[in-house]
Amino acid sequence: MEINRRSFLQATALTGGGILLSLYPETQAKAQFGPPAKLSPSAFVKIHPDGKVTLMARSPEVGQGAKTMMPMLIAEELDVDWKSVKVEQSDFDPKYGFQFAGGSFGTPGSWEPLRRVGATMRYLLVIAAAQEWVVPTTECFTASGRVFHRPTNKSLGYGELAAKTSALPLPDPKAVPFKDPKDYKIIGRSTAGVDVTQITTGKPIFGIDVTLPNMLYAAYHKCPVFGGKVVSANLEEIKKMYGVRHAFVVEVPDIMGNILPSDPGLESGIAIVADNWWAAQSARKKLNVVWNEGRWANQNSEDFAKRALEMSTQTPARTVKVDGDIDTALQGASKTVEGKYVYPFISHATLEPQNCTAHFKDGKIEIWSTSQVPGSGRSMVAKQLGIPESAVTLYMLRAGGGFGRRLTNDYMVEAAYIAKQVGVPVKLIWSREDDMAHDYYRPGGFQFLKAGLDASGKVVAWRNHYVTYGDGNRYADAADMRPNEFPQRFIANFGLYSSVLPLGIRTGYLRAPGSNAFAFVIQSFIDELAHAAGKDPLAFRLEMLANPAFPSPPGANNPFAGNLDVKRVQGVLELVAEKAGWGKRVLPKGTGMGIAFHFSHSGYFAEVAEVSVSAQKGVKVHKVWVAGDIGSHIINPIAAENMVQGSVVDGLSELMSQEITLKSGRVVQTNYHQHKMARMSQSPARIEVHFLTSENAPTGLGEPALPPILPAIANAIFAATGERIREIPFSKSGYTLE
Amino acid sequence: MQFKITVNGKATNVDVPEDMPLLWVLRDVLHLNGTKYGCGIGQCGACMVHVNGRPARSCLTSISSAANAKVVTIEGLSIDGSHPLQVAWKDVDVPQCGYCQAGQIMSAAALLATNVNPTDKDIDNALDGNLCRCGTYLRIRHAVHAAAKIKRESTKKTAPKTTSSGSKKRQ
Ligand code: FES
Ligand code: FES
Repeated sequence: MEINRRSFLQATALTGGGILLSLYPETQAKAQFGPPAKLSPSAFVKIHPDGKVTLMARSPEVGQGAKTMMPMLIAEELDVDWKSVKVEQSDFDPKYGFQFAGGSFGTPGSWEPLRRVGATMRYLLVIAAAQEWVVPTTECFTASGRVFHRPTNKSLGYGELAAKTSALPLPDPKAVPFKDPKDYKIIGRSTAGVDVTQITTGKPIFGIDVTLPNMLYAAYHKCPVFGGKVVSANLEEIKKMYGVRHAFVVEVPDIMGNILPSDPGLESGIAIVADNWWAAQSARKKLNVVWNEGRWANQNSEDFAKRALEMSTQTPARTVKVDGDIDTALQGASKTVEGKYVYPFISHATLEPQNCTAHFKDGKIEIWSTSQVPGSGRSMVAKQLGIPESAVTLYMLRAGGGFGRRLTNDYMVEAAYIAKQVGVPVKLIWSREDDMAHDYYRPGGFQFLKAGLDASGKVVAWRNHYVTYGDGNRYADAADMRPNEFPQRFIANFGLYSSVLPLGIRTGYLRAPGSNAFAFVIQSFIDELAHAAGKDPLAFRLEMLANPAFPSPPGANNPFAGNLDVKRVQGVLELVAEKAGWGKRVLPKGTGMGIAFHFSHSGYFAEVAEVSVSAQKGVKVHKVWVAGDIGSHIINPIAAENMVQGSVVDGLSELMSQEITLKSGRVVQTNYHQHKMARMSQSPARIEVHFLTSENAPTGLGEPALPPILPAIANAIFAATGERIREIPFSKSGYTLE
Repeated sequence: MQFKITVNGKATNVDVPEDMPLLWVLRDVLHLNGTKYGCGIGQCGACMVHVNGRPARSCLTSISSAANAKVVTIEGLSIDGSHPLQVAWKDVDVPQCGYCQAGQIMSAAALLATNVNPTDKDIDNALDGNLCRCGTYLRIRHAVHAAAKIKRESTKKTAPKTTSSGSKKRQ
């Protein structure tokens, strides 16, 4: 399937509730993408007279490596040496096509179109050279930024030809030939990130580093309970404090409903604008605010847990998917297993806190932002300020981490609003405490599972009633489970049901949304079933995969339909087992190995963890093996390995220590000492990464390597200790990272 | 209040409240934005600088306690990105988002100043106060070893051999 912007939108519609649809309601998608247009190579490629090439990076760079990888695709087909390439970050502009970072969509959304951009430019350069020499184009070829005439060995550099190409008509992009992959010189070769030197020398390249003449600094103080409003505050006193220039209340209409809309925009609060951020922040600490806390001030995590338990014994509100007859199958089973799994809300906790710089002047606004979805940010700002979208100019800055947090634009709207009030450039920075108290949290949830095995140890029934957050027929963002989530299709009698609780905090997409919790539940429970059946966990999984109860549905090869391809799962499972020496090594007492796999964001990953657990429940992850299949090419291997290793460390933190809880409507955790991430000494000493290449167009890597590591470690802890832990984070069961 | 500090070899006077953290003096007053804010409470190490040669979290260092001190920030580590750590960071391609890396490098530089042959454990001890949200720890460790090697080789060429003095305690 060719992926261009049109098919992206179609693919979105096909997923029926998948990540892309959730990220982009069609109206938003249209707002950002406009009608599908052809990408013009000249928007991306500048060839200078000396033959040097500037390539535009169109997507936000949040640490996923898009700023390096996407230009590599263009450079490959353009046929230039990477050392002659300079990469520039583009601004937000419809001429670049889609500009967002999310859903691991950067690679699949660019693989074809950006190579086509490069190939089209090369095609034009060849025509220009052939015209110059008055020879047929078939006698010409390119290499290292030059066009050669084969019979005479004449050559011209791209720099000498560039001006002539502008007069040539653009060819039909489909008619432009691609390189034979065996001739690739850039794709598949490890390429250092284009910003490494800027990073290591401390250049001001991140959103939070933007500095403008006459700029002021803002802090924005919101109610700790979502939707709370300011009744009164001691603003006159605040205005007299060191460095403070402005202090004012921002009022907004009520946000109603039993769950919150995605990206609700501006929230009520108090803006303090000062000469430097510390002055704004210090003044803020002296604020005395009377809040109307609104309707969510009684929410408590403990009540959610109690209520979920009650719901688990009642008839589920919704039937998501049913195959066969579960009740009969459970009754007839020779063994049944039950498990109650729990996962918490967690915060994105990007190391660079949310921030945005804005300058409003004469009815127009300029914005410097780290948003992962600049297009929808622009619409929100225009709407909030009552100006046309064309009056909003958006510059995209490197972000100190995204992980899905910057898929919403709350901080951008706040900065824009404040900038309009004060009339000079303003940099809004959220404190870490703001960031943790006002996130779009990964939704927590409760899953009540029951499965039945027949006498041979085969799974004949699987029932899952999951309790999550939502309202009527709506789920809170990122809280829903797909009907075709594994092991659906592999068990003859299968039932997935849900019930929802109302929720007054914002939820959203955290790296591998859904999957980051579901993989833990599903792959832990499958491990329980393997042990109940007396089978090896790897063999048990392979048996399940080899014996589907139903055939693969139509469209199974569409990467966006969410139907897994059995062969690709088997491939990564077998590879990881071989690399880890699964079942072949004798481990010391207190040490265990665990295995798990997961398919998400079109990527297939299987992982093995080797873990030891001390008598005091200290967990040390010694080594992790990862096998992944994300298609035919690993575009930038050195970056790919880094991304996978980072996913493992990230998942380790989620499994062991991270949790957001609510008390009286407030988030309890305030900073990194309470929402912990693994430190260097606590991370696995070795993480081996192996890729299996398959005949599929390359897909993304920002997300799919994360989900399997949680159950792989959980299963290893079980193997080491015999204790099955069904609630994340494991710190709640007394386990700590060593 | 007036304070004198020397930042990256340049003496400067700043007029700020005495409890203003060095981090914000560097960022918002001197416009040296390479030093990063991550947590403000000493948890993440993104704000690491050197004060009189010792690693210090600038978010917890008030300007009054840094008065008359010599401060080195990531911008002052080398003139042109040629410090062994900067070279190694590029060779190994350490960063993902890159936000933590200035702090990581400053902690590592303090380690290498006293220990040019660190073990994994020495590196862990010196850098455990630096969080990396992207999880680049394996690369960081690898790059510190690589930088130590570059440093050993250059000192071998230019000066008599120095011996390492073991790991230095993290502040
Ligand atoms: S900002 Fe200083 S330690 Fe985090
Ligand atoms: S590279 Fe992103 S926080 Fe370290």
